[in-house]
Amino acid sequence: MAQTLNYLKESASQTAGPYVHIGLAPGAAGFKTFDQELGQVIAADGVPGERIRIEGLVLDGLGAPVKDVLLEVWQADANGIYPHPEDPRSSEVASGFRGWGRIITDFDTGLWSFETIRPGATPGRAGKVQAPHISFWLVSRGINIGLHTRMYFPQDSTQHAADPVLNSVEHAVRRQTMIATQTGPTTYRFNIRLQGDGETVFIDV
Amino acid sequence: MKPAEFFMRDRTLHPPAFDPGYKTSVARSPRLPLLTIQQTASEITGPTFGHGDFGALDNDLTMNFNHGGMPVGERMVLHGRVLDENGRPVPKTLVEIWQANASGRYRHKKDVYLGALDPNFGGCGRTLTDENGYYVFRTIKPGPYPWLNYVNSWRPRHIHVSVFGSSFSQRLITQLYFEGDPLIPLCPIVKTIPDPEAVQRLIAVMDLNASVPMDCLAYRFDIVLRGRRSTLFENRLEGN
Repeated sequence: MAQTLNYLKESASQTAGPYVHIGLAPGAAGFKTFDQELGQVIAADGVPGERIRIEGLVLDGLGAPVKDVLLEVWQADANGIYPHPEDPRSSEVASGFRGWGRIITDFDTGLWSFETIRPGATPGRAGKVQAPHISFWLVSRGINIGLHTRMYFPQDSTQHAADPVLNSVEHAVRRQTMIATQTGPTTYRFNIRLQGDGETVFIDV
Repeated sequence: MKPAEFFMRDRTLHPPAFDPGYKTSVARSPRLPLLTIQQTASEITGPTFGHGDFGALDNDLTMNFNHGGMPVGERMVLHGRVLDENGRPVPKTLVEIWQANASGRYRHKKDVYLGALDPNFGGCGRTLTDENGYYVFRTIKPGPYPWLNYVNSWRPRHIHVSVFGSSFSQRLITQLYFEGDPLIPLCPIVKTIPDPEAVQRLIAVMDLNASVPMDCLAYRFDIVLRGRRSTLFENRLEGN
Protein backbone atom coordinates (compact mmCIF):
# COMPACT_ATOMS: atom_id res chain seq x y z
CA MET A 1 0.00 0.00 0.00
CA ALA A 2 1.24 3.46 -0.87
CA GLN A 3 2.17 6.05 1.71
CA THR A 4 -0.58 8.29 3.01
CA LEU A 5 -0.77 12.07 2.84
CA ASN A 6 -1.65 13.35 6.25
CA TYR A 7 -3.35 16.55 5.28
CA LEU A 8 -6.27 17.70 7.37
CA LYS A 9 -9.48 18.60 5.59
CA GLU A 10 -11.00 22.05 5.70
CA SER A 11 -14.01 22.38 8.00
CA ALA A 12 -17.24 22.43 5.99
CA SER A 13 -19.05 25.73 5.63
CA GLN A 14 -22.54 26.22 7.03
CA THR A 15 -24.88 29.12 6.41
CA ALA A 16 -24.42 32.18 8.61
CA GLY A 17 -28.19 32.09 9.15
CA PRO A 18 -30.61 34.95 9.79
CA TYR A 19 -29.04 35.98 13.08
CA VAL A 20 -25.48 36.50 11.88
CA HIS A 21 -25.66 40.04 13.25
CA ILE A 22 -25.70 38.76 16.84
CA GLY A 23 -22.19 37.49 16.42
CA LEU A 24 -20.68 39.90 13.96
CA ALA A 25 -22.60 43.13 14.53
CA PRO A 26 -24.59 42.84 17.78
CA GLY A 27 -25.59 46.51 17.68
CA ALA A 28 -27.62 45.75 14.57
CA ALA A 29 -29.25 42.78 16.32
CA GLY A 30 -30.44 45.25 18.97
CA PHE A 31 -28.04 45.00 21.89
CA LYS A 32 -24.65 46.05 23.13
CA THR A 33 -22.03 43.64 24.41
CA PHE A 34 -18.68 44.83 23.16
CA ASP A 35 -17.01 48.16 23.82
CA GLN A 36 -16.20 48.40 20.14
CA GLU A 37 -17.59 46.51 17.19
CA LEU A 38 -15.15 45.42 14.53
CA GLY A 39 -15.02 46.53 10.91
CA GLN A 40 -16.76 49.88 11.22
CA VAL A 41 -13.86 52.05 10.10
CA ILE A 42 -12.00 50.99 6.97
CA ALA A 43 -9.89 54.14 6.63
CA ALA A 44 -9.65 56.46 9.65
CA ASP A 45 -9.91 60.21 9.30
CA GLY A 46 -6.70 61.57 7.84
CA VAL A 47 -5.83 58.54 5.74
CA PRO A 48 -4.70 59.91 2.37
CA GLY A 49 -6.93 59.22 -0.58
CA GLU A 50 -10.21 60.16 -2.19
CA ARG A 51 -13.10 59.68 0.24
CA ILE A 52 -15.90 57.74 -1.39
CA ARG A 53 -19.22 56.20 -0.46
CA ILE A 54 -20.54 52.96 -1.95
CA GLU A 55 -24.08 51.70 -1.63
CA GLY A 56 -26.08 48.90 -3.12
CA LEU A 57 -28.47 46.02 -2.80
CA VAL A 58 -27.96 42.29 -2.87
CA LEU A 59 -30.77 40.84 -4.96
CA ASP A 60 -32.03 37.27 -5.01
CA GLY A 61 -33.14 35.23 -8.02
CA LEU A 62 -36.56 36.89 -8.00
CA GLY A 63 -35.08 40.39 -7.88
CA ALA A 64 -35.99 40.93 -4.23
CA PRO A 65 -33.45 42.52 -1.90
CA VAL A 66 -31.69 40.16 0.50
CA LYS A 67 -32.42 42.14 3.62
CA ASP A 68 -30.46 39.99 6.07
CA VAL A 69 -27.19 39.75 4.13
CA LEU A 70 -23.90 40.69 5.79
CA LEU A 71 -20.97 41.83 3.67
CA GLU A 72 -17.29 42.17 4.33
CA VAL A 73 -14.89 44.12 2.16
CA TRP A 74 -11.11 44.07 1.86
CA GLN A 75 -9.06 46.57 -0.08
CA ALA A 76 -5.67 48.22 -0.52
CA ASP A 77 -4.91 51.84 0.37
CA ALA A 78 -4.62 54.66 -2.15
CA ASN A 79 -1.12 53.49 -3.07
CA GLY A 80 -2.26 49.93 -3.63
CA ILE A 81 -0.74 48.59 -0.41
CA TYR A 82 -2.51 46.01 1.75
CA PRO A 83 -2.12 46.38 5.53
CA HIS A 84 -0.85 42.84 5.88
CA PRO A 85 2.68 41.54 6.56
CA GLU A 86 2.84 39.67 3.27
CA ASP A 87 2.40 42.78 1.19
CA PRO A 88 6.08 43.61 0.44
CA ARG A 89 5.29 47.31 0.92
CA SER A 90 3.20 46.91 4.07
CA SER A 91 5.61 49.05 6.12
CA GLU A 92 4.54 51.98 3.93
CA VAL A 93 0.78 51.50 4.36
CA ALA A 94 -1.12 54.63 5.37
CA SER A 95 -1.41 55.04 9.15
CA GLY A 96 -4.98 54.43 10.32
CA PHE A 97 -5.83 52.30 7.31
CA ARG A 98 -7.33 48.88 8.17
CA GLY A 99 -8.64 47.97 4.74
CA TRP A 100 -11.38 45.76 6.12
CA GLY A 101 -15.00 46.58 6.75
CA ARG A 102 -18.13 44.80 7.83
CA ILE A 103 -21.36 46.08 6.35
CA ILE A 104 -24.94 45.46 7.34
CA THR A 105 -28.15 46.37 5.60
CA ASP A 106 -31.13 48.43 6.55
CA PHE A 107 -33.36 45.52 7.59
CA ASP A 108 -36.46 47.18 6.06
CA THR A 109 -35.04 47.89 2.62
CA GLY A 110 -31.90 45.77 2.28
CA LEU A 111 -29.89 48.86 1.28
CA TRP A 112 -26.30 48.91 2.50
CA SER A 113 -23.61 51.54 2.28
CA PHE A 114 -20.14 52.26 3.54
CA GLU A 115 -17.48 54.92 3.37
CA THR A 116 -13.85 54.34 2.53
CA ILE A 117 -11.09 55.69 0.34
CA ARG A 118 -10.63 54.75 -3.28
CA PRO A 119 -7.97 52.02 -3.49
CA GLY A 120 -4.99 52.22 -5.79
CA ALA A 121 -3.97 49.67 -8.38
CA THR A 122 -2.31 46.60 -6.90
CA PRO A 123 0.37 44.24 -8.19
CA GLY A 124 -0.93 41.18 -9.97
CA ARG A 125 0.88 38.00 -10.84
CA ALA A 126 3.93 37.94 -13.05
CA GLY A 127 4.39 41.69 -13.11
CA LYS A 128 0.87 42.53 -14.25
CA VAL A 129 -1.20 45.27 -12.67
CA GLN A 130 -4.67 44.84 -11.17
CA ALA A 131 -7.07 47.73 -11.66
CA PRO A 132 -8.30 49.35 -8.42
CA HIS A 133 -10.87 47.07 -6.81
CA ILE A 134 -12.49 46.14 -3.54
CA SER A 135 -12.92 42.47 -2.63
CA PHE A 136 -16.39 41.53 -1.34
CA TRP A 137 -17.53 38.52 0.69
CA LEU A 138 -21.22 37.88 1.36
CA VAL A 139 -23.00 35.62 3.83
CA SER A 140 -26.63 35.22 4.80
CA ARG A 141 -29.42 32.80 5.46
CA GLY A 142 -29.73 30.63 2.37
CA ILE A 143 -26.09 31.16 1.32
CA ASN A 144 -24.37 27.88 2.14
CA ILE A 145 -20.82 29.06 1.62
CA GLY A 146 -19.63 32.67 1.59
CA LEU A 147 -19.56 34.25 -1.87
CA HIS A 148 -16.53 36.22 -3.09
CA THR A 149 -16.61 38.86 -5.77
CA ARG A 150 -14.82 42.11 -6.63
CA MET A 151 -16.02 45.64 -7.28
CA TYR A 152 -14.15 47.74 -9.83
CA PHE A 153 -14.59 51.47 -10.57
CA PRO A 154 -16.25 52.66 -13.79
CA GLN A 155 -13.72 55.41 -14.58
CA ASP A 156 -10.84 52.93 -14.86
CA SER A 157 -11.83 51.39 -18.19
CA THR A 158 -8.29 51.60 -19.58
CA GLN A 159 -6.96 49.60 -16.66
CA HIS A 160 -9.89 47.18 -16.89
CA ALA A 161 -8.76 46.26 -20.38
CA ALA A 162 -5.51 44.96 -18.86
CA ASP A 163 -6.89 43.52 -15.60
CA PRO A 164 -6.14 39.78 -15.42
CA VAL A 165 -9.20 38.88 -13.36
CA LEU A 166 -11.73 40.85 -15.40
CA ASN A 167 -10.23 39.45 -18.57
CA SER A 168 -10.50 35.89 -17.32
CA VAL A 169 -14.32 36.19 -17.43
CA GLU A 170 -15.15 34.30 -20.60
CA HIS A 171 -18.34 36.19 -21.46
CA ALA A 172 -17.30 39.82 -21.75
CA VAL A 173 -20.82 41.02 -20.99
CA ARG A 174 -20.55 39.51 -17.52
CA ARG A 175 -17.51 41.65 -16.64
CA GLN A 176 -19.91 44.55 -16.16
CA THR A 177 -21.39 42.81 -13.12
CA MET A 178 -18.15 43.58 -11.27
CA ILE A 179 -18.07 47.27 -12.21
CA ALA A 180 -19.92 49.80 -10.07
CA THR A 181 -21.95 52.74 -11.39
CA GLN A 182 -20.93 56.26 -10.47
CA THR A 183 -23.87 58.18 -8.99
CA GLY A 184 -22.11 61.41 -7.95
CA PRO A 185 -18.63 62.93 -7.71
CA THR A 186 -17.65 60.54 -4.90
CA THR A 187 -20.53 58.06 -4.73
CA TYR A 188 -21.00 54.67 -6.34
CA ARG A 189 -23.74 52.08 -6.66
CA PHE A 190 -22.91 48.39 -6.70
CA ASN A 191 -25.80 45.94 -6.89
CA ILE A 192 -24.99 42.25 -6.50
CA ARG A 193 -27.32 39.73 -8.16
CA LEU A 194 -27.19 36.26 -6.70
CA GLN A 195 -29.03 34.56 -9.52
CA GLY A 196 -30.84 35.09 -12.81
CA ASP A 197 -30.46 37.90 -15.34
CA GLY A 198 -27.23 39.76 -14.72
CA GLU A 199 -25.98 37.23 -12.18
CA THR A 200 -22.84 38.67 -10.60
CA VAL A 201 -19.56 36.93 -11.27
CA PHE A 202 -18.58 35.15 -8.08
CA ILE A 203 -15.01 34.01 -7.67
CA ASP A 204 -13.52 30.76 -6.45
CA VAL A 205 -10.66 32.44 -4.64
CA MET B 1 9.45 31.90 2.23
CA LYS B 2 7.96 33.79 -0.68
CA PRO B 3 4.21 34.32 -0.63
CA ALA B 4 2.50 31.32 -2.18
CA GLU B 5 -1.08 30.35 -2.89
CA PHE B 6 -3.48 28.57 -0.60
CA PHE B 7 -4.58 25.07 -1.56
CA MET B 8 -7.51 24.84 -3.90
CA ARG B 9 -10.70 24.65 -1.88
CA ASP B 10 -12.15 21.13 -2.00
CA ARG B 11 -15.73 21.99 -2.89
CA THR B 12 -16.84 18.38 -2.46
CA LEU B 13 -16.56 18.88 1.29
CA HIS B 14 -18.73 21.99 1.29
CA PRO B 15 -22.43 22.43 0.68
CA PRO B 16 -23.34 23.36 -2.88
CA ALA B 17 -24.93 26.80 -3.24
CA PHE B 18 -28.20 25.23 -4.41
CA ASP B 19 -29.82 22.59 -2.22
CA PRO B 20 -33.60 22.33 -2.58
CA GLY B 21 -33.80 20.58 0.83
CA TYR B 22 -32.79 23.91 2.38
CA LYS B 23 -35.50 26.01 0.83
CA THR B 24 -34.00 29.46 1.36
CA SER B 25 -30.99 28.46 -0.73
CA VAL B 26 -33.13 28.04 -3.84
CA ALA B 27 -33.50 31.74 -4.70
CA ARG B 28 -30.19 32.76 -3.13
CA SER B 29 -27.85 30.41 -4.99
CA PRO B 30 -25.77 31.46 -7.99
CA ARG B 31 -26.40 29.15 -10.95
CA LEU B 32 -23.41 30.03 -13.12
CA PRO B 33 -20.00 28.53 -12.39
CA LEU B 34 -17.65 30.37 -10.06
CA LEU B 35 -14.84 32.22 -11.81
CA THR B 36 -11.55 30.39 -11.39
CA ILE B 37 -8.61 32.68 -10.70
CA GLN B 38 -5.04 32.27 -9.56
CA GLN B 39 -4.56 34.01 -6.25
CA THR B 40 -3.06 37.48 -6.09
CA ALA B 41 -2.12 39.83 -3.27
CA SER B 42 -5.85 40.56 -2.90
CA GLU B 43 -6.50 36.94 -1.90
CA ILE B 44 -3.40 36.01 0.11
CA THR B 45 -3.70 39.00 2.42
CA GLY B 46 -6.50 39.75 4.85
CA PRO B 47 -7.39 41.78 7.92
CA THR B 48 -5.35 41.48 11.08
CA PHE B 49 -6.51 42.03 14.64
CA GLY B 50 -4.80 42.89 17.90
CA HIS B 51 -5.58 42.65 21.56
CA GLY B 52 -6.55 46.32 21.54
CA ASP B 53 -9.68 45.32 19.63
CA PHE B 54 -11.05 43.27 22.53
CA GLY B 55 -12.46 43.62 26.02
CA ALA B 56 -11.64 41.33 28.95
CA LEU B 57 -14.99 39.50 28.93
CA ASP B 58 -15.43 39.19 25.18
CA ASN B 59 -14.87 35.41 25.26
CA ASP B 60 -17.06 34.76 28.34
CA LEU B 61 -20.71 34.61 27.28
CA THR B 62 -21.76 33.80 30.84
CA MET B 63 -20.51 37.22 31.93
CA ASN B 64 -20.45 39.57 28.93
CA PHE B 65 -24.18 40.35 29.09
CA ASN B 66 -24.46 40.25 32.87
CA HIS B 67 -27.44 42.25 34.08
CA GLY B 68 -27.25 41.19 37.71
CA GLY B 69 -27.16 37.41 37.46
CA MET B 70 -25.97 34.32 35.65
CA PRO B 71 -27.62 33.01 32.49
CA VAL B 72 -29.81 29.93 32.80
CA GLY B 73 -28.62 26.67 31.27
CA GLU B 74 -25.77 24.18 31.16
CA ARG B 75 -22.52 26.04 31.71
CA MET B 76 -19.78 24.94 29.36
CA VAL B 77 -16.27 25.64 28.16
CA LEU B 78 -15.82 25.59 24.39
CA HIS B 79 -12.23 25.22 23.34
CA GLY B 80 -10.03 23.92 20.58
CA ARG B 81 -7.48 24.88 17.99
CA VAL B 82 -7.58 26.60 14.63
CA LEU B 83 -5.31 24.65 12.28
CA ASP B 84 -4.66 24.70 8.56
CA GLU B 85 -4.76 21.71 6.25
CA ASN B 86 -1.03 21.21 6.81
CA GLY B 87 -1.78 20.74 10.51
CA ARG B 88 -0.09 24.00 11.42
CA PRO B 89 -1.69 26.21 14.07
CA VAL B 90 -3.22 29.49 12.89
CA PRO B 91 -2.08 32.02 15.52
CA LYS B 92 -3.62 35.41 16.37
CA THR B 93 -6.69 34.86 14.27
CA LEU B 94 -10.13 36.18 15.11
CA VAL B 95 -12.74 33.62 16.20
CA GLU B 96 -16.29 34.86 16.73
CA ILE B 97 -19.25 32.83 17.94
CA TRP B 98 -22.98 33.42 18.29
CA GLN B 99 -25.80 31.24 19.49
CA ALA B 100 -29.29 30.88 20.94
CA ASN B 101 -29.76 30.73 24.69
CA ALA B 102 -30.74 27.61 26.67
CA SER B 103 -34.37 28.05 25.51
CA GLY B 104 -33.39 28.12 21.86
CA ARG B 105 -34.09 31.84 21.57
CA TYR B 106 -31.79 34.34 19.91
CA ARG B 107 -31.35 37.88 21.17
CA HIS B 108 -32.20 39.40 17.81
CA LYS B 109 -34.98 41.80 16.96
CA LYS B 110 -36.10 39.47 14.17
CA ASP B 111 -36.40 36.33 16.36
CA VAL B 112 -39.97 35.83 17.60
CA TYR B 113 -39.73 32.24 18.91
CA LEU B 114 -41.72 31.81 22.13
CA GLY B 115 -38.72 30.43 24.01
CA ALA B 116 -37.87 32.98 26.69
CA LEU B 117 -35.12 35.56 26.36
CA ASP B 118 -32.57 35.36 29.16
CA PRO B 119 -31.87 38.78 30.72
CA ASN B 120 -28.27 37.74 31.39
CA PHE B 121 -27.40 36.21 28.05
CA GLY B 122 -26.50 38.10 24.89
CA GLY B 123 -25.21 35.19 22.85
CA CYS B 124 -22.04 36.45 21.20
CA GLY B 125 -18.35 36.19 21.95
CA ARG B 126 -15.02 36.69 20.27
CA THR B 127 -11.37 36.01 20.90
CA LEU B 128 -7.98 35.74 19.25
CA THR B 129 -6.20 32.41 19.02
CA ASP B 130 -2.89 32.26 20.87
CA GLU B 131 0.47 31.46 19.28
CA ASN B 132 -0.52 27.76 19.18
CA GLY B 133 -3.82 28.44 17.47
CA TYR B 134 -5.70 27.71 20.69
CA TYR B 135 -8.95 29.44 21.61
CA VAL B 136 -11.36 29.18 24.54
CA PHE B 137 -14.82 30.49 25.35
CA ARG B 138 -17.15 30.03 28.29
CA THR B 139 -20.84 29.92 27.50
CA ILE B 140 -24.03 27.96 28.10
CA LYS B 141 -25.23 25.10 25.94
CA PRO B 142 -27.74 26.40 23.38
CA GLY B 143 -31.18 24.83 23.07
CA PRO B 144 -32.72 23.40 19.91
CA TYR B 145 -35.44 25.44 18.22
CA PRO B 146 -38.05 25.10 15.47
CA TRP B 147 -37.90 26.82 12.09
CA LEU B 148 -40.14 26.82 9.06
CA ASN B 149 -38.27 24.88 6.44
CA TYR B 150 -40.67 22.01 6.55
CA VAL B 151 -43.58 22.42 8.96
CA ASN B 152 -41.81 20.56 11.75
CA SER B 153 -38.11 21.28 11.19
CA TRP B 154 -35.86 21.72 14.22
CA ARG B 155 -32.31 22.94 14.40
CA PRO B 156 -30.02 20.76 16.48
CA ARG B 157 -28.22 22.55 19.30
CA HIS B 158 -25.50 24.52 17.55
CA ILE B 159 -23.07 27.40 17.87
CA HIS B 160 -22.17 29.54 14.86
CA VAL B 161 -18.42 30.02 14.37
CA SER B 162 -16.70 32.63 12.20
CA VAL B 163 -12.95 32.43 11.54
CA PHE B 164 -10.59 34.61 9.50
CA GLY B 165 -7.26 32.83 9.14
CA SER B 166 -4.40 34.90 7.76
CA SER B 167 -5.96 35.69 4.38
CA PHE B 168 -9.31 36.70 2.93
CA SER B 169 -9.35 33.44 0.96
CA GLN B 170 -9.48 31.42 4.19
CA ARG B 171 -12.56 33.24 5.49
CA LEU B 172 -15.02 30.69 6.85
CA ILE B 173 -18.31 30.57 8.71
CA THR B 174 -19.59 27.26 9.99
CA GLN B 175 -21.65 25.78 12.82
CA LEU B 176 -20.65 23.32 15.50
CA TYR B 177 -22.98 20.63 16.76
CA PHE B 178 -22.96 18.47 19.90
CA GLU B 179 -22.12 14.79 20.12
CA GLY B 180 -25.20 12.57 20.41
CA ASP B 181 -27.82 15.11 19.33
CA PRO B 182 -30.60 13.14 17.56
CA LEU B 183 -31.57 16.21 15.52
CA ILE B 184 -28.27 16.34 13.62
CA PRO B 185 -29.11 13.76 10.92
CA LEU B 186 -32.59 15.28 10.44
CA CYS B 187 -31.50 18.88 9.90
CA PRO B 188 -31.90 20.28 6.36
CA ILE B 189 -28.96 22.67 6.93
CA VAL B 190 -26.65 19.89 8.14
CA LYS B 191 -27.79 17.83 5.16
CA THR B 192 -26.55 20.46 2.72
CA ILE B 193 -23.08 18.99 3.42
CA PRO B 194 -22.61 16.20 0.89
CA ASP B 195 -19.82 14.35 2.70
CA PRO B 196 -20.84 12.40 5.85
CA GLU B 197 -17.33 12.61 7.27
CA ALA B 198 -17.36 16.38 6.82
CA VAL B 199 -20.50 16.46 8.99
CA GLN B 200 -18.77 14.41 11.69
CA ARG B 201 -15.94 16.95 11.73
CA LEU B 202 -18.45 19.64 12.77
CA ILE B 203 -19.53 17.74 15.87
CA ALA B 204 -17.88 18.86 19.11
CA VAL B 205 -17.02 16.22 21.68
CA MET B 206 -17.41 16.33 25.42
CA ASP B 207 -13.98 16.81 26.98
CA LEU B 208 -14.10 15.88 30.64
CA ASN B 209 -10.43 16.68 31.19
CA ALA B 210 -11.01 20.30 30.21
CA SER B 211 -14.12 20.70 32.34
CA VAL B 212 -13.95 22.75 35.51
CA PRO B 213 -14.97 20.65 38.55
CA MET B 214 -18.13 21.90 40.25
CA ASP B 215 -18.46 24.62 37.59
CA CYS B 216 -18.90 23.57 33.97
CA LEU B 217 -18.44 20.82 31.42
CA ALA B 218 -16.22 21.30 28.38
CA TYR B 219 -16.55 20.57 24.68
CA ARG B 220 -13.69 20.41 22.22
CA PHE B 221 -13.97 21.75 18.67
CA ASP B 222 -11.05 22.08 16.28
CA ILE B 223 -11.43 24.20 13.15
CA VAL B 224 -9.45 23.56 9.96
CA LEU B 225 -8.80 26.32 7.42
CA ARG B 226 -7.27 26.05 3.97
CA GLY B 227 -3.60 25.16 3.91
CA ARG B 228 -0.90 26.84 1.92
CA ARG B 229 1.70 25.77 -0.56
CA SER B 230 5.31 26.06 0.50
CA THR B 231 7.28 24.35 -2.23
CA LEU B 232 10.74 25.42 -3.19
CA PHE B 233 9.73 25.75 -6.81
CA GLU B 234 7.48 28.71 -6.85
CA ASN B 235 5.30 30.39 -9.33
CA ARG B 236 5.88 33.78 -7.77
CA LEU B 237 2.87 35.93 -7.16
CA GLU B 238 4.80 39.15 -6.93
CA GLY B 239 7.11 40.74 -9.44
CA ASN B 240 8.62 38.85 -12.33
